[in-house]
Amino acid sequence: MQWIAQTLAVLALNIRTIPARLSSSGVAIIGIAGVVVVFVSVLSIAAGFQAAMQGSGSPDRALVLRSGADSEMTSGLSGADVDVIKQAPGIRRDGKAALAAAELMVIIDLPKMVTPDAPANVPVRGISAESIPMRTEFSMVEGRMFEFGTNEVIAGRAASGQFVNLKVGDTVVTGQNRWNVVGIFEVDGGVAETEIWIDARVLQGAYRRGNTYQSLLAQLDSRDSYDAFRDYLTSNPQLNVSIRRENEYYASQSQALTRLIRTVGYGIAGLMGIGAVFGAILTMYTAVATRAREIATLRALGFNTGSVLVSVLAESMVLGLIGGSIGGAAAYLAFNGYQTSTMNFQTFSQVAFAFRVTPELLIMGLTYALLMGLIGGLFPAIRAARLPIPVALREL
Amino acid sequence: MKFLPLVWKNIWRRKFRTTFTLLSIFIAFVLFGILMTIRYSFSFGVEIAGADRLVLIHKISLIMPLPVSYQARLQQVPGVQLASHQTWFGGIYQDPSNFFANIAVVPEPFLKIYPEFVLPPDQLKGWLDDRQGAIIGRDLATRFGWKIGDRIPLTAPIWLPKGGGTTWEFNIRGIYDGGDMVDKTQMFFRYDYLDENRIQGEGQVGWYVVKISDPSKAVELAHSFDEMFANSSAETKTTTEKGFVEGFAKQIGDIGSIMIAISSTVLFMFGLVAASTMAQSVRERTSELAVLKTLGFSDTSILGLVLTESLFIAFTGGLLGLGLAWLFVQGGDPTRGMLPIFVLPARDVAIGVGLMAVMGLVAGVMPAIAAMRLKITDALRRA
Repeated sequence: MQWIAQTLAVLALNIRTIPARLSSSGVAIIGIAGVVVVFVSVLSIAAGFQAAMQGSGSPDRALVLRSGADSEMTSGLSGADVDVIKQAPGIRRDGKAALAAAELMVIIDLPKMVTPDAPANVPVRGISAESIPMRTEFSMVEGRMFEFGTNEVIAGRAASGQFVNLKVGDTVVTGQNRWNVVGIFEVDGGVAETEIWIDARVLQGAYRRGNTYQSLLAQLDSRDSYDAFRDYLTSNPQLNVSIRRENEYYASQSQALTRLIRTVGYGIAGLMGIGAVFGAILTMYTAVATRAREIATLRALGFNTGSVLVSVLAESMVLGLIGGSIGGAAAYLAFNGYQTSTMNFQTFSQVAFAFRVTPELLIMGLTYALLMGLIGGLFPAIRAARLPIPVALREL
Repeated sequence: MKFLPLVWKNIWRRKFRTTFTLLSIFIAFVLFGILMTIRYSFSFGVEIAGADRLVLIHKISLIMPLPVSYQARLQQVPGVQLASHQTWFGGIYQDPSNFFANIAVVPEPFLKIYPEFVLPPDQLKGWLDDRQGAIIGRDLATRFGWKIGDRIPLTAPIWLPKGGGTTWEFNIRGIYDGGDMVDKTQMFFRYDYLDENRIQGEGQVGWYVVKISDPSKAVELAHSFDEMFANSSAETKTTTEKGFVEGFAKQIGDIGSIMIAISSTVLFMFGLVAASTMAQSVRERTSELAVLKTLGFSDTSILGLVLTESLFIAFTGGLLGLGLAWLFVQGGDPTRGMLPIFVLPARDVAIGVGLMAVMGLVAGVMPAIAAMRLKITDALRRA
């Protein structure tokens, strides 16, 4: 008990004197805060992108692509394929028609608002009548749904916010086609919010695609009927298709970019962390050096070396905690919800998303800050505990 | 110069502190080097994009095909040296994570338009003799350990072969090389092989690259191409290669400014550490500096002594750091193929050296001026 009381006493003393050593403590705090800002904000990009991709798609729906295709963009299904697929068991049938939608994807060039001079690859999805009833997450936020058979389109909320000419009432000109934007839709933050939706048949005509599609999205009877659906299709010699659950498809589409951002984020934060530890060591070393006489006095009075050691470590961790909190708060205020878009190489099309500073990231940042404080305080603490009392008392 | 030993002694008076200051600056410049490398790789080599090359794509989007017949029409336009087409294949080697670019081209015009891809003549001959032949970049060869003569199967996500299945096979006939800034992670194979063996899409190509005689006519020519194909079933959009690459980089979003923001944070942070330790080390020496002044050292030589010391620390730490970053970059892309051009540009090295000077001066100047202005009597009394 006495040991704890001693430690607390020395710690209280140390912490109360931090303001007196403000400039030197400030260096450690700013260093650690800087690392945490960079760490949290870079990872919040990955978190936001992944959330957008994984929030898309449901395990209750299956996506059919041509075998070998790695995305909807490279896939192709003929009208005949689509008719065969719709006969498969495992699809929900409300009334008579299968709840399955053949869809078409193309990319058009539209500039981003932030770079009005450079075109960006904006995905356009041609949808069928079943596409919307199947997506229960779908809702209109502005305007109205387009009329099938016309050149009307609706734009995802993120697309409308990121690219030019996608507000209700605008006209999108692409090649020789002119499409009127009549509404803005939402799909619970999913990646489809970066898309423009149009009648699949209108899109087939506009791009001379004949009666072909690229993917087929099917509502499964239940989550477990997936296997029956897949086995039927893969064993059918008329077809050459691959089947995945919709959510798994989107998760796989986000892998490459997420991994790249994480590699860069951890790498940079790791290196910066080493630098910040050096900063903390310098600070604590100075703190110990300027108080050598006080520390020696305490020890001469009978405070044991353990409590001196722990108190120096604790002080360093308090600096880490302050730095980590400042850094986390700064990252949160500056980046949480920050809207941006990037090109996903796997689909060659734009994905709009918002940075997400999640509680997990903040906790990781804070843990990292404490760790930097702990390591930074270790050597100075050992030094303080080992300081020969007579020498230290004579110092200065 | 004769006071260098004095500076040296001062630097090492507190070994522990100097070591850690050096290490902080070292880490800062390692990071600077790596961040600038990443920034550059996201610019996709825009700095070496040919000013005499135009890229002609489908007006709606790069992914829409163009007819192969445009080749002859482009070639006839006065001012055009050579026009040739390329087609994205998107083939996958075993697993999507092994991504690399593989593109169908017409070998001879392709290599004439891109003189930066260096291929030995005997390998070119081998490629021309083999319809299934392909050439690969040096870095790609290293990545998978491929050699000339190897047979490589790629799964085609877009173009299905007439023979059934989804796999195409290629024979490696050459390994191209090029300078630091050249992307050596790509594979090029013959368009005739693709076009004769695919089920659908016959006679379609991805985009055209046109080499022109006079770069100052680029804008005019680009317009005349687009007018030539206006109102056809495949309208075009022509830009300079530089504009095309820049546009592509902009699609990714502003990685460059994120990297610069992080670098500035890092350098500011470590600059602060260096400055605060420098200031402290000068403060500790107040009485010694006063003694030096008493001995007749002029104000400017005191200023020089302190600045030399801080510049020495900044340059030693900085150059070692940038050196390590350079070594790291020589090791190649750590993400395995996602950053095809992975070099530390000379310009950024120069900026780095400039930043070292700035860091040394900023860290040293305050304490140096304080030391210079020191009144001998005050200083001696304070001690």
